[in-house]
Amino acid sequence: MRRMAKIIYNGEYEKKAITDQFVENLGGMLEKDPDVIYLDADLMFAFGAGLWDLGDKYPERVIRCGIAEANMVGTAAAMSVMGMKPIIHSFASFITRRAFDQIFLSGAYGRKTLNIIGSEPGYKQTYWGGTHMAFEDIAMMRTVPNAHIFDIVDGVQFNKLISKTVDMKGIYYYRTPLADNIAVYDEDTEFEIGKGIVLREGNDASIIACGRLVTISLQAAELLEEEGIHVRVVDMFTIKPLDEALVLKCAQETGAIVTAENHSVYGGLGAAVAEFLGENDPTVVERIGTRDEFGEVGSEAYLRERFGFTPEKIAERVKEAIAKKKD
Amino acid sequence: MTVNELKKFATDVRIETVKCLEARTFGHIGGCLSIADVLTVLYNGELKNIDPADPKKLDRDMLVVSKGHAGPAVFATLALKGYFPLDWLPTLCEGGTRLPSHCDRIRTPGIDASTGSLGQGLSLANGFAHAAKIKNLKNRIYCLMGDGEIQEGQIWEAAMYAHQYKLNNLIGIVDWNKKQIDGTIDECISLLDIAEKFRAFGWYAVTVKGDDIEAIQEAFKQVRENQSDKPGVLVLDGVKGSGVKCIEKMKFNHMIPVDKELADRCLAELEAVKNSL
Repeated sequence: MRRMAKIIYNGEYEKKAITDQFVENLGGMLEKDPDVIYLDADLMFAFGAGLWDLGDKYPERVIRCGIAEANMVGTAAAMSVMGMKPIIHSFASFITRRAFDQIFLSGAYGRKTLNIIGSEPGYKQTYWGGTHMAFEDIAMMRTVPNAHIFDIVDGVQFNKLISKTVDMKGIYYYRTPLADNIAVYDEDTEFEIGKGIVLREGNDASIIACGRLVTISLQAAELLEEEGIHVRVVDMFTIKPLDEALVLKCAQETGAIVTAENHSVYGGLGAAVAEFLGENDPTVVERIGTRDEFGEVGSEAYLRERFGFTPEKIAERVKEAIAKKKD
Repeated sequence: MTVNELKKFATDVRIETVKCLEARTFGHIGGCLSIADVLTVLYNGELKNIDPADPKKLDRDMLVVSKGHAGPAVFATLALKGYFPLDWLPTLCEGGTRLPSHCDRIRTPGIDASTGSLGQGLSLANGFAHAAKIKNLKNRIYCLMGDGEIQEGQIWEAAMYAHQYKLNNLIGIVDWNKKQIDGTIDECISLLDIAEKFRAFGWYAVTVKGDDIEAIQEAFKQVRENQSDKPGVLVLDGVKGSGVKCIEKMKFNHMIPVDKELADRCLAELEAVKNSL
């Protein structure tokens, strides 16, 4: 199978935090291109001191919009008509749930350009709890015609992709964890929109994961390997457009699919995979994600246990999927 | 254009709007008629550097019609100015038309912003105006809002932003026609003094009679000359359905059936007005 990426995964955390990697990258984009503009809805703080320094260096193009997401989305979208290249940020919950109509109409319907960063999606909101947890943002954004959705694994992936899409037209939604990422990709890796990445080979089943669940799925595959079960693991960071060819290949070659996402199974990656296979090659699809439930407050360890986002629980679900295989 | 010619133009905007809605048999007649005079002023001198042959010129003055349902009046104005042929107007809302009910920048030449979900236009105007300043363009951005529309919270988010970033190339217009779908503004959610509200948000605000073309011209000039480093706003003190008595006197006239009988009555009134000018 093709291997488009250089994988450095060994279970260790990123050497440089994703926030610092982003700020460095943004600095480069602002310096290189006078049309790049960054807008934030009172959460620059989440990216740390480096972003304030950029604000001092580029006061005209690092814009504090205040706690007013709807206005930020419309303002940024209109700037793109004037030839600017907007990157906007808030937490995943607020930027989608609160400003969805603005993303839809002022953004997508008006054929404008937005690079939208929705940070700390899903259980990553830990101590801020259920009010802040976006388990529905992918579902909402999938319904926006022609919108692109990326669920980010590490800083290399985030920055490579945003460096590319900042020069493109359209709506790009990044759901991005801001801390404690396990490094997966070497910085020479190139990412292609609509092309998932096979991180580990195996033929008994495939785990198609995204974002935060990718490295946990790799850990699950290691556990299963000890039992002699060989599981393929795919990073489907490109939820929309989905890599349908790769999904089909996994279904045909491994006969059972497990999806894993830090999001509701309603409308997310699992839904996208199941919908595609249902129409094209009905296959067992076991979906890991939240169900008909809200997030809640707690530590990362507690929440991962609570929602079944641990290597052990994922391994169990893989075995269930294999047991359901048709042959 | 002389004042008399402008009055004739405004009457033509109303005539073409009524004919356009008659073709569809229903529509947002009240809020279309109430902006005919301000559209007349905008497209006959107030908007600078606009060209029907080149409607996307980057440094043109731009108009965001945030009350997107007033599309038909804007389409009538654009057609009269030569952005597209008058015979497009009866295609309003037909499948595949270039003229959907709500303003759409992709489908219609001369429309600068897609609107329709109320409250979003002032943010778009902010983006145009702020980007223009960053790019050192000298154009001015206008944003036409409904009075009921400014019940939307996003308008006030946008008002704060425009003040914060000193968008003195931005002029808002509020069509204070006193009615929304479900009744008068005051029966629904009162706006109190609209100009005072904007002043409290740091804007330069002027209230002017909504059907007085000369006064509107003068008010735009006053805003331009006095807004200094602030955004400015014109509050049009008007009547929903203005310029057509049989519509003005209706209790509910936001979105109504426009059959041949009603259209003929409107057109007879408007022809009489035109002949008197």
